[in-house]
Amino acid sequence: MSEKKRETPLLDELEKGPWPSFVKELKKSADTPVVQDLLGQLERSYEEHLGHWKHGGIVGVMGYGGGVIGRYSDLPEEFPHIAHFHTMRVNQPAGWFYTSDALRKICDIWEAHGSGITNMHGSTGDIILLGTTTDQLEPIFGKLTEIGFDLGGSGSDMRTPSACCGPARCEWACYDTLAACYDFTQTYQDELHRPAFPYKYKLKFAGCPNDCVASVARADMSFIGTWKDDIQMDAEQVRQYAASGTVDIQKDVCERCPTRCMSWDGTNLTIDNSECVKCMHCINVMPKALRPGKERGCTVLIGAKAPIVGGALLSSVFVPFIEMEPPYSDLKELTEAIWDLWGEHGKNRERVGEFIQRVGLGNFLEQIGLDPVPEMIAYPRTNPYIFFGEELHEEQA
Amino acid sequence: MSASPRKTDIGPPHYEQFLPPIIKKNYGKWLYHENPRPGVLVHVAESGDKLYSVRAGTPRLLNVKSIRLFADLADKYCGGHLRFTSRNNVEFLLTDESKIDALIQELHDLGYPVGGTGNAISAIVHTQGWVHCHSAATDASGVVKSLMDELYPHFVNMNLPAKLRIAFACCLNMCGAVHCSDIAILGVHTRVPEIDHANLPKMCELPTLIASCPTGAIRPATVDGQQSIHIEEHLCMYCGNCFTVCPAVKINNAKTDGLSIWVGGKVSNARTEPKFSKLVIPFLPNNPPRWPETVEAVKHLVEVYAANARKYERMSEWVERIGWPRFFKLTGLPFTKYHIDDFTHAGETYKRSAQLKH
Repeated sequence: MSEKKRETPLLDELEKGPWPSFVKELKKSADTPVVQDLLGQLERSYEEHLGHWKHGGIVGVMGYGGGVIGRYSDLPEEFPHIAHFHTMRVNQPAGWFYTSDALRKICDIWEAHGSGITNMHGSTGDIILLGTTTDQLEPIFGKLTEIGFDLGGSGSDMRTPSACCGPARCEWACYDTLAACYDFTQTYQDELHRPAFPYKYKLKFAGCPNDCVASVARADMSFIGTWKDDIQMDAEQVRQYAASGTVDIQKDVCERCPTRCMSWDGTNLTIDNSECVKCMHCINVMPKALRPGKERGCTVLIGAKAPIVGGALLSSVFVPFIEMEPPYSDLKELTEAIWDLWGEHGKNRERVGEFIQRVGLGNFLEQIGLDPVPEMIAYPRTNPYIFFGEELHEEQA
Repeated sequence: MSASPRKTDIGPPHYEQFLPPIIKKNYGKWLYHENPRPGVLVHVAESGDKLYSVRAGTPRLLNVKSIRLFADLADKYCGGHLRFTSRNNVEFLLTDESKIDALIQELHDLGYPVGGTGNAISAIVHTQGWVHCHSAATDASGVVKSLMDELYPHFVNMNLPAKLRIAFACCLNMCGAVHCSDIAILGVHTRVPEIDHANLPKMCELPTLIASCPTGAIRPATVDGQQSIHIEEHLCMYCGNCFTVCPAVKINNAKTDGLSIWVGGKVSNARTEPKFSKLVIPFLPNNPPRWPETVEAVKHLVEVYAANARKYERMSEWVERIGWPRFFKLTGLPFTKYHIDDFTHAGETYKRSAQLKH
């Protein structure tokens, strides 16, 4: 292409400084007309303080309703090479582990059929391939499936489930997050690729209460690893931490414990495990000395979301403790029961958390067939406007 | 032409094929880990095997040419194995400790700094901004780059009281866990959308549009003989949800869009329960290419936190100990009516006791 390079004085400012520069990343493909137009339009946005992308239309690969985000420039005459600039979401391997070989194959496909620009990864967890045209979607999809990759979710479907690195590289993983994430993803391929829900539904698998995938903030269903029995302790290692001077056991551990269930006499650390809420603080501070217990599983929480539409929600306890063993039949039954109920009664673009707020958690549980337990609440209701049912008196009679 | 039949619904590749031999051998059998220096983790298995992870920051937006560089480094140092983190860092997985320095040097020379572990600021989770999104009130990559250039010493060191997680979202859709971060920067609109009455009936479904408004501000109306809508201006809080469902309701505004800053959210259960970030600066101007007002504000918040928080106190835990009045005093930030919630359940955010520090 002989088109001249676009001037980008504002963006050029962002090539300076110690942090890796996204402008430098773009300019590594400065010889392609697509990236020239992308730089040109972005410079325009920097000049005008205004974005120049239009809403996505419905584009995708044959038979799928999700996985491609349609994107069009609103200045197509000026920037013709990004007139169509669609995103493809490629389902990442669980835990974001790769071989160099697999990454190179993805790079080759994307360089041949798209902009060569990616996000590793998007907020959803997917590999994001940023910018291609409608006619390239099928060829890219064909080549991706040839090398064993598939598209992720978008729109009102089950979104691409994601997991922390789990037992692959973490001693705190209370269940196999990678196995669970892979299993759920494979079981629900139809729900992932063909949007049929009121709105998005996200599953995130965190191996311990540190929640490295932010499931409590973002997932409609958060699977947070935890344990039931006693924290495993190596008393000698506790003393080593104390002797090393890096940890003040009384101040940094005992006094930071939310339930004050630990005591230190200068030689021995004693834990009243019946009072422990599995917050992870002491284990985080002394990973050589303390480990999660052996009776492991997860707490399932439900309903997190960002503000749109009815306000942000954190997910709340749904199943206080369940063992995480394949094929996860109880959890899948529960998931499907939720999808049935919410699928039938949820409003358009109402997340399951908002649906629960609208109908009430008590009613929701009744419909799902789950018994209410006090672990689900911070405190019982304080208002006396109670919708008593007929069964109240039937039970008493 | 490819002769093979079209495959669908194969799902992601199985993760196991990407795991290095040391991980396959010690899967689920890790004993403990240490963080000997910034950006380096060592995981020790029950077998005694040691896995070294070297973490480098990336700009999230990566060229395939850079991914190939990472692949080459993985071949050279890690038998071809690497991973990415939930905060867009790349991690190289080594078994040979003696190769760490050379890898760090190569990454440094390529422009990817090693750090982001322990009591540090890891990479800022962020959204697409003007690079790729239609509803962005501001750019994302540019603000994040400007911020991280200033906060860089906190990425390559581990000298904060606790970990500090920063997130950026360019509109209220908040792709990413912005609403539960130690410091969150959020692009905001501040004016009622402009309605393109001529195109609205062609482009949008009225019932969907009307239902999209969280405060019921959108009402059906007839304009110039055509079906359209009217917005009750006093009910609009500029969330932009109407624009998401209807491009003819234009929310983006070059003059009045800007940024807001929130602090004290967290997702981890460590010590205290997960919590939302709270508003501390309602509006800062949209000022590319370097957003100096936003960078200064965030840097100031980091400095005040670092100087005043106790060991292991995250932003939220520090603020809860000292109280919000003292937070505003220490930071010198003005407290305004915009800091007081007025949406659903706002009353729960009011101070409902006489327990005050004077």
